Amino acid sequence: MKRHDQGVYEYLRHHKRFPHLWCAGCGIGIVMGSILRSVQKLELEQDDVAVISGIGCTGRMPVYLDFNTMHTTHGRALAFATGLKLARPEMEIIVVMGDGDALAIGGNHFIHAARRNIDLTAIVVNNNIYGMTGGQSSPTTPLEASTATAPYGHVEQPFPICELAVAAGASYVARGTVYHVNELDKLVEGAIRKKGFAVVEAVSYCHTTFGRLNDRKAPVDNMRFLKESSVTVRAAEKQEADSLEGKIVRGVLRDEDLPEFTELYDEVIERAHGPVAPRKRKVRRGWV
Amino acid sequence: MTVQLLQGNRASALGALAVGCRFFAGYPITPSSEIAEIMSRELPRLGGKFIQMEDEISSIAAVIGASVGGLKSMTATSGPGFSLMQENIGYAVVAEIPCVIVNVMRAGPSTGLPTSPSQGDVMQARWGTHGDHPSIALAPSSVTEAFDLTVAAFNFAEKLRMPVFVLMDEVVGHMRERVEIREVGPEDIINREMPTVPPEWYEPFGNPPSDVPPLAPFGEGYRYHITGLLHDARGFPTSRLDEIQPWVDRVFRKVERSRDEICMWEADGVEDARVLVVTYGATARSAQRALKVARARYGRKVGLLTLKTLWPFPEEVVAREAEHAQRVIVAEMNLGQIALEVERIVGRNKVLRVGRADGQIVTPDQIVDAMRAP
Repeated sequence: MKRHDQGVYEYLRHHKRFPHLWCAGCGIGIVMGSILRSVQKLELEQDDVAVISGIGCTGRMPVYLDFNTMHTTHGRALAFATGLKLARPEMEIIVVMGDGDALAIGGNHFIHAARRNIDLTAIVVNNNIYGMTGGQSSPTTPLEASTATAPYGHVEQPFPICELAVAAGASYVARGTVYHVNELDKLVEGAIRKKGFAVVEAVSYCHTTFGRLNDRKAPVDNMRFLKESSVTVRAAEKQEADSLEGKIVRGVLRDEDLPEFTELYDEVIERAHGPVAPRKRKVRRGWV
Repeated sequence: MTVQLLQGNRASALGALAVGCRFFAGYPITPSSEIAEIMSRELPRLGGKFIQMEDEISSIAAVIGASVGGLKSMTATSGPGFSLMQENIGYAVVAEIPCVIVNVMRAGPSTGLPTSPSQGDVMQARWGTHGDHPSIALAPSSVTEAFDLTVAAFNFAEKLRMPVFVLMDEVVGHMRERVEIREVGPEDIINREMPTVPPEWYEPFGNPPSDVPPLAPFGEGYRYHITGLLHDARGFPTSRLDEIQPWVDRVFRKVERSRDEICMWEADGVEDARVLVVTYGATARSAQRALKVARARYGRKVGLLTLKTLWPFPEEVVAREAEHAQRVIVAEMNLGQIALEVERIVGRNKVLRVGRADGQIVTPDQIVDAMRAP
């Protein structure tokens, strides 16, 4: 067994919860592999890593991983993670969400976690659909696609996940696909390494629901689609804007060092202890 | 012990700090905002953390997350926010994460009458989140009790690993009165039990003799799984009946076993009372006045039972004290939420409801009139 495979094996609760519940050929396992290889590459202690998820197919990922894991409520994973991060700033917290989880029911938490720039790594597995509930439209379902709740074609615009994260203030924003695995490994590693709110949109697919209704029934069809319809950031820069329409632009879209929330809060704690803290005497009187 | 002039919201915040609360996440809402303001100022001084979240849903989520990280955690809100929190309150019940939610009740439904008082969230505290679950709710009727019952709420939460509600009403929350703040020493504080076994033996949702399994914080070597799905002793999702049924039984049993400790009340002149008033929160203050008037002016034999614990409902004491009374008046700022429980215990014929849901406090006159009714 190669070293990177060995790591993946050690990080799994392999004797407990397998076989996993994802469909054969699903991309979520590839994203999970990227996370595990990144954790191994960065030599993080398992005890120091927490993986938090919401609800959905991606939400089931933490149960298979031998870290501190929490499977929370639909859309709220980032809010749970925010509390945990404040209580345990030294922990490396990875939040895994699907597109519906992160951007529909959890959209508000997503933009506010980015605005706060709290040191969390958010991995959004984008399969353009609600997979677990049977293929209903999600906030990233493309215009004109057919879904279980858009039988005559989807008439809403999709959310651009990365552009939203950039606008909301995330420090690190990247997009990869489950076809370009080595690249995805690097993007996830960069996100975990980043001090601040880091987002990786891992473009995946759901052949079982979305693919069935949109002429990409087999996993291979979807892999081919990801291969053919995506370009790197570097290549995209050289192309005309018109030719990029409908293309998946892969790579690091933003990487900046910005003030991080838990570090700023440590400054608040220092300030609160200072001699000029406002109303100190008034409040302290009595109970201490 | 120190004597001060304090508001109920402040007393509640001070109680939380005294018992060891070191994390607060909240969203501004009148009439509870003072608690968040005080926590934002005081927590960093104690090395604790305060965060204002984007809504009440995320506030309670962050509270649960911080509690998983090992901090005693709380939030404070009012009815509309309490409604939003119900989803993750259910999560805290299923995942057995200790936390305290102070709900300073205002008149509803919906935005209602901001911010007139109400006691309309009593049933929401019992059945607000979906599914069958136990509930603990405490209702202070004075500023001193706002302090004491917040301390008690944390102790119950930590001891039993579950969310505990402090159901204050706007009157107690904003009322300023002379209070005696007691010293909270180590002997007054209950902290969650930590595991003593090696990680590979640790069962975060096991079935120990105490019915409350120890809770290890994340990041200390006990790697385990927490989920809102029903789960086995290790925390992994299960649909096996032989694993689910013991869990369901245990989460109810852990509260039932502590019922005597949780159920708190005060009785005044109940021994020979022909009319018994059952009440709680700010309405108890009106009832105290009504009692004086009825005794002095009309020579009535009236008694008062003030409930400090609403959930689990103190069935035994209500049954005992109401047994010899000819009439039981249930006074509350709603149209009969605790009255339903009292009727269940003592029978419908004996109970007279005195309630209102118009954002006004139940007056002593209303209660006196009910005492004098034929």
